[in-house]
Amino acid sequence: MQTFSEFLRASDFSTPLARAHSATPAQINAALHAEKFDTLEDLAALLSPQAAPLLEPMAQRAQRVTRAHFGKTVRLFVPLYLSNACVNNCKYCGFGTRNKFERTTISPEEAERQVEILAAHGFRSLLLVSGEHPKFANQAYIEDCITRALKHMPSVGLEIAPADVEAYRGFVAAGADSLTAFQETYHEPTYLEMHPSGPKRDFAYRLDTQQRASLGGMRRVGLGALFGLHDWRFETLCLAAHARWLMKHCWRSAVTISLPRMRPAAGGFSPEQKNIPNDRQFTQLICALRLFLPNVGLTLSTREAPQLRDHLAHIAVTQMSAGASTEPGGYSRCLKDRWEHTTHDNGEQFGVADERSPREVARALREGGLEPVWKDFDASLVK
Amino acid sequence: MADDISINRMQAAHPLKLGGRAFSSRLFVGTGKFSSNEMMRQAVDASGTQLVTVALKRAPLDGKKDPFADILDFLDPEKTLILANTSGALNAEEAVRLARLAVAAGFPKWVKLEIHPDPNYLLPDPIETLKAAEILAKEDFIVLPYINADPVLALRLQEAGCAAVMPLGAPIGTNRGIETRAQIEIIIEQAQVPVVIDAGIGRPSHAAQAMELGVDAVLVNTAIAAAENPVETARAFALAVEAGFAARRSGLGAMHTRAEATSPLTGFLD
Repeated sequence: MQTFSEFLRASDFSTPLARAHSATPAQINAALHAEKFDTLEDLAALLSPQAAPLLEPMAQRAQRVTRAHFGKTVRLFVPLYLSNACVNNCKYCGFGTRNKFERTTISPEEAERQVEILAAHGFRSLLLVSGEHPKFANQAYIEDCITRALKHMPSVGLEIAPADVEAYRGFVAAGADSLTAFQETYHEPTYLEMHPSGPKRDFAYRLDTQQRASLGGMRRVGLGALFGLHDWRFETLCLAAHARWLMKHCWRSAVTISLPRMRPAAGGFSPEQKNIPNDRQFTQLICALRLFLPNVGLTLSTREAPQLRDHLAHIAVTQMSAGASTEPGGYSRCLKDRWEHTTHDNGEQFGVADERSPREVARALREGGLEPVWKDFDASLVK
Repeated sequence: MADDISINRMQAAHPLKLGGRAFSSRLFVGTGKFSSNEMMRQAVDASGTQLVTVALKRAPLDGKKDPFADILDFLDPEKTLILANTSGALNAEEAVRLARLAVAAGFPKWVKLEIHPDPNYLLPDPIETLKAAEILAKEDFIVLPYINADPVLALRLQEAGCAAVMPLGAPIGTNRGIETRAQIEIIIEQAQVPVVIDAGIGRPSHAAQAMELGVDAVLVNTAIAAAENPVETARAFALAVEAGFAARRSGLGAMHTRAEATSPLTGFLD
């Protein structure tokens, strides 16, 4: 069986990449009015600086496509960070081994207690997040957390270290329905530079995570690139290629794409500004991705500011986290009737920009004419 | 309102018999994709429908009220039959489990069988659908399967005990109309159970066309939910369904591709 890493390494992105940096009006026009996008070159044309003046018609079209496929709805979920113990040393991440702070792994009992509170605040879709650590975040621990979470949540997804097919089968059997893994960057030399040590240094193994998860029975697989590490246009082309490849080779799993832009994190990593799309470019890339991948869920996290999130939900974004804390046990101050979480402590992965409570996020969506969907899955489908 | 009395006149005179019930509206409405549950309720009202579908995955399945999954609170089971659908199920086993859970949670023993393992076009899996239909029909469910426009599959499902078949006109959400027309015509010709076009109907004219073709009902969701004004659009669909149904009942003139010859070819026989 071919793997995506083999496909990527054998692919030549020079033509679409050149177009993404410089497209002719004819190429942009053809792409914008294409009934169906067939090639990465079409996507590239819409990512080009020359397409920027056409952002409004792109957004109009992206909105129509989004409404046809997803309706006037946005799915809400919440991440629960289980552990910031990590054996990797990603240069840009607050959890990296070089950052000295007391590591926390919450107990499965504490995880369940927090899930219960998150459920009281409306969440019906949970994402369990963990750093990579064979001792603390091992298979039995994750499965225990899934089982406990399912007592209070109808949908539990995972964003954890890449694992093998057998492990994914175990997580699915425990009741997990999605697996997300960010590639961070699809540019191999940059990837190796950013991941100097730890198991994450294996570029190909990480690239093939979604494929293994799909083979293990995950119904949804999530991709993402961390915008800021390398040329954002290159990353977008690769994300799109990855999604298309998965849709062909792992057709049973729904693909979603997360779109994190770099935020300040502990450790003081400073990305090159030119690698981070500004708000206008970010909107452009989201519209272009929507037109290229009409059925793919696009996710925006609380890294982004409230106003931008609310606007992008009207154009193309279909899933959002809300009220997120990015440190283990970050909801310990929440009560069932009061929303407050620990923030800006040392153990968070990155700072959030949208600090609104879930209720406030839902209200903003409603006021904008979108239905916040809390429940869109039921674990009784799985087990 | 005076016009409301006449809106479903022909349909009221010839109600659709399905699963032991009579429906004087042949417009079925899906409840997903609306901008709010309140908007959905208003559109359902305006459509005059007597059958709505609800995705079980969006409703609480433990029989308890859930303020964060409260779609059922906006539907009146006295006015409309609530037909649970198994959307989200990837195979027969999951669909059957979901259908049984729904009944335990208080849903009527009707199920719209939707099994689409392909997450992108949501096209139905014929093999798993048949398997699930056989099991559920034996358990006395009233089974309405969503299928591709496959005439032989429709017959097999009819034999399995399904109360109707629901072939697609085009993939869900595409609004492309009845692209499967040739196959739908065969299904109508052969089926003994009602035929409901389930997906692809994007405009009232598509709905009218479906009724003129002789289908027994149409199911519309995206075209209403994603419209600028879902309430008015729902009403437009109701009018179109009545128009198409009345036209069919009244006998449509034949369509010709060219003008009839003015000098008869057989006049010499007179």
